[in-house]
Amino acid sequence: MNALTSFPTETLVSNAAVSVTKVPHRARLSLRARGDLGPLERALGYSLPRKIGGVTLGTACLGPDEWIIMTDDAAAIMAACASVDLPHSLVDVSGREISFEIEGDRAGELLTLGCPRDIDAIADGTARRTVFDGVTVTLWRDTSERFRIDVWNSFAPHVAHLLEIGARELAAEMA
Amino acid sequence: MLLIHCPHCEETLPEAEFAYAGQAHIVRPADPMSQTDEQWEEFLFIRENAKGAHYERWRHLHGCGRFFNAVRDTVSDRFLTTYPSGTPRPDLSTLTEGKA
Repeated sequence: MNALTSFPTETLVSNAAVSVTKVPHRARLSLRARGDLGPLERALGYSLPRKIGGVTLGTACLGPDEWIIMTDDAAAIMAACASVDLPHSLVDVSGREISFEIEGDRAGELLTLGCPRDIDAIADGTARRTVFDGVTVTLWRDTSERFRIDVWNSFAPHVAHLLEIGARELAAEMA
Repeated sequence: MLLIHCPHCEETLPEAEFAYAGQAHIVRPADPMSQTDEQWEEFLFIRENAKGAHYERWRHLHGCGRFFNAVRDTVSDRFLTTYPSGTPRPDLSTLTEGKA
């Protein structure tokens, strides 16, 4: 069982409390660079978020010198950055992970099932790497009631199963 | 659960995101060939077993991924401060219990 065969349907669970769906495939690029980022930003056409957690145009700052770029056109970004003379690493990691979208009134509560962070303290429109039941995930908070988590393929069935159980429990509580 | 302040993320976060990485401020000898067996033993194996403030390394494993240094009181388990790797040891007398 792997991430590609485990989720034949897009919607894993959907009820009054929360819905969990698989996000359609998008290209992901991992960018590492340090120093003066000016040349890189000119090639990309926008400025990279400098604060950890910051998100600009699908690009999240995960560490002091690390970004993840979600895009529909990876080739264009790779081509634009190829001639930048700032030493950097830009790697296509699209095949590494899949994303789940968690949406609903109690989406934040569902995440507390596995995430030790204070979910309420995470600002809307930010993203960071954190842990979910022992699995490293990238948690994006798009709005107060919509989250996305990026999970490495091999952990995805476990995380999805846990979210599914949690969502059913939340719905049962409300019923 | 311990709450640890990551100096890179500038947030105070749960211990589950972090990994302990041993004693801090252990410097590899600049000229390894000049070291005696006893000096190598000291460098590789001999560690403090402090009761009280202990300088140690932590890694924000499930986060920014960075190593940083911390001063933790081994009796109360409180973190006195955390600071980026490569910066000098903070003076213990300036640290107050429960800060950071």
